[in-house]
Formats: sequence, structure tokens, C-alpha cells
Amino acid sequence: MTSPTGSLQDGYALAFQNASYRLPSGGTLISNLNLRVARGETLILLGRSGSGKTTTLKLINRLLDASEGEILIAGKPIRSLDPIELRRGIGYVIQDAGLFPHWTVERNIGVVPRLNGWPEEKIKARVREMLTLVGLPPEEFAERRPSSLSGGQKQRVGVARALASDPPILLMDEPFGALDPMTRADLQKEFRTLAARLRKTIVFVTHDVREALYLGTRIAVLDQGRLVGVYTPSEFLKASELEIHAFVASLHSGAADEGAQ
Amino acid sequence: MKWYVFLLHNRVEVFQRIVEHLGLVAASMAIALAIGLPVGIALVRRAKLQRWVIGVANVLQTIPSLALFGFLIPVPLIGGIGASTAIVALSLYAILPILRNTCIGIVEVDPTVVESARGMGMTPRQVLWQVQLPLAAPVLLAGIRVASAMCIGVATVAAAIGAGGLGVFIFRGLAMVNNQVILAGAIPVAGIAIAVDSGLGYFQKSVGKR
Repeated sequence: MTSPTGSLQDGYALAFQNASYRLPSGGTLISNLNLRVARGETLILLGRSGSGKTTTLKLINRLLDASEGEILIAGKPIRSLDPIELRRGIGYVIQDAGLFPHWTVERNIGVVPRLNGWPEEKIKARVREMLTLVGLPPEEFAERRPSSLSGGQKQRVGVARALASDPPILLMDEPFGALDPMTRADLQKEFRTLAARLRKTIVFVTHDVREALYLGTRIAVLDQGRLVGVYTPSEFLKASELEIHAFVASLHSGAADEGAQ
Repeated sequence: MKWYVFLLHNRVEVFQRIVEHLGLVAASMAIALAIGLPVGIALVRRAKLQRWVIGVANVLQTIPSLALFGFLIPVPLIGGIGASTAIVALSLYAILPILRNTCIGIVEVDPTVVESARGMGMTPRQVLWQVQLPLAAPVLLAGIRVASAMCIGVATVAAAIGAGGLGVFIFRGLAMVNNQVILAGAIPVAGIAIAVDSGLGYFQKSVGKR
């Protein structure tokens, strides 16, 4: 979680080493995951529902603890870190944004800086900066409640909130999944620009192949809790594994549908 | 003598009875809140125990109030004749709606909001105070409303064990077979109940809007 230093042996921001996650009832949700995320890349976790994408994400900020194996952030096993401190250093965006409905947009975005004990003036300035960054004019949006925002605006606030304390890692769990296609396309486009500019290490969960190809530096395909493979977008389109074929086929059929309309 | 004439003629005693009545209700509600809120919060994560405790509280609720006052009289320390016994009994009645609504209110907070609060790095205590309790507040207040309305009504029975309050007029009226004296106790009780309920209702609405 500390800033990158030269003393680190590997250049990876995040690494899974033989990580498994089992439910107390015995079901295995993640088995033997080995995965490395480079600094500044956007790694997509792609899979069907139930493939373990969200579970993998939650292992990173310790909303779930790995049953076996290690997860390293900047070379340090996260097991050795305080989960509360760890989470305050990782941005987290979920579907439907998970905004606090009883707080204004301003208070929502300032939540992590406030938890980190920033002075009020600095929080206020940062919130304004973040609102501008995600394309919401502060004077118009700072005082509003989440209930008065559209789906796209909520998601923008969610992204602003995750970025507010300037964490090196950003976890995004189908952030654009619940949006209408037009709004989703807009946000994807803006997010791609934003990600390139901010150089955050991003782990992004989706089941949408086009979104994965558009936003991902690399795409990790999960199936039933196992890693099928990690591909760059162009490798992904050429990959020979059956699981990938199914995805690519779904992409083509989706594209054909749209062409027909 | 009409009930309002009775009230006017006996205004010094009426005032004293109203103060006693409000005192009984306030003390019992304070105890019920002091027990119901923390126990309710503690039970949120313990589903099994929660069912059990709410079950016991439900049974307590079914004991007729007059009987409960009677049962408590011989109990050492808390029992005996007077206000303290009445306060114990009233608290027992008021705990259930407070406890139950605390549990339900917190359990029903949108789990994605709670998870995002945890994901942001809030401690369990911060999640409780900054997210769960504020969002559960309308449900919690509804429980307090029910409890206080019930307390105000049941407190009339406390006069039977010498705890005073507006019930004194009701029992006196019963003994005298004088409906106007009964009304002189019952109507102020109803007035207090309506005033407290609408006050809390207004508060509940303004909290719900936030």
C-alpha cells in the first residue's frame, strides 16, 4: 500500500499466490489462484455469474479472507496488514454505487479522507476537485442527496469517492453494470481516459466482453473459481480455449443483434 | 359534575397526577431505551438468540398489565407498593417494540450500503454509528412511538398499586360509579398519548426525509 519503492523485487502492485477461498460450509469459490497485476494496468476479471470474480475482488480488500495462499500488495502479504487501514488505502466502487443515502454527495465523496483524519478544508477542496474530475459541477452537485441523482451520476459519484484519498489501487465491481447502454458507453469512454491519466492499478470485474476488451490492459478469465487464462485484448480474440470461444461467440452474437436493429 | 368541571375544580391535584403520570412514562421509557437499544444492536448478528429473546419479550407482552403489577409486588428489591414497581412493569412492556424495531431497522439497511461502508475502511463501530443507526432511525423511532403510546396507556393501571398518575381518577371514578370522574382521568391520558405520538411522528418524518 505504500508508494512504489526501488527496494521491491517485483514491479507488481498486486499478486495472488495460490489463493483459495472456501465457504465455512465447504464450497470452494476460488481455487489456487495465481495472478499478478502490474502497476498502472487495468486488469479485467471476466466471467459468468458465480465464476468467482467478485469473491476475488473482495479478497483484495479483505472483505473476505483467503482460506489458503497469499495475496501481496506491493510485495507485502495483506494478511499482515490491518484490514481497516488496508481498505482505506484501496478505492472501491460497486454496482449501484453503494452511496450513503443519508449523506450529501459531498459527504459521500469525503468519507475516506475524513476517516483518514484530513482537515476539513482539505477534504472540501479535494471533494470539489473530484467532482470536477468525474464531470459533475461541484456547485450543482455537492449538496445533493444520492436519491436525486440519475444512475450515471451516482456511478460518477461512486468513482469520485473511490479516488478521493488518491489510493494506488482501485477495485471496481461491475460499476457500469446497471446503467442503460448509452450512459454506460459514455462512462466507459470517460473512464478509459481517466484511467490512462491517473495511472492507478485497477482491478475491474465485469461479465461484459466488450467492456473487458475496451477497458482492459489484460483480461483474466475466471470459470468456476479457476483462472482460465490471462490475455491482452488481442490475444483474447485469438485464444483457443473453449471457455474463451464461448465468450467471443457471445460477443459476435451480441454485435450481430445490434447490427440487425 | 361534568368531567371538565371536575378537572377545573381539582386543578392542583390534576396537575400533580399529570406530573406523576409523565414521570412514570419518562422513567420507564428511559430504562426501556437503555436496555432495548443496546440489546437490539447486539442481537442483530445473532439470529438464533434474537428469535429467542424476541419470543420471551412477546410472551411478556401478553401478560395482562394488572396481573404483571400484581406479580411484581412480592418481588424483593424491585417490588412493593409504589412507583418503582410500576416503572419496572412499564419498562418490561416498552422494551419489546424498541428491541424488535432496533433489530429489524438495522437488519433491513441495504446490505450493499453496509458493505460499501466496510469497503471504505470504516470500523464496525463507525459502520454502526455513521451508517446503520442513521438509516435505521425511522424504523427505530416507529418502535419508540409504539412503546411510548403503550406506556402512557398502561401507566393508568399503575394507580392500582399506589404509583399515582392519572389512573387515580379512573379508579376513583370506578369506585364512585361516576363516569365523569373516569373521564377526568381518561381524557387527559388520551390527550397526552396523542400529543406525544404526533410529536414523535413529526420527528420520525423529518428523520426519514434526510
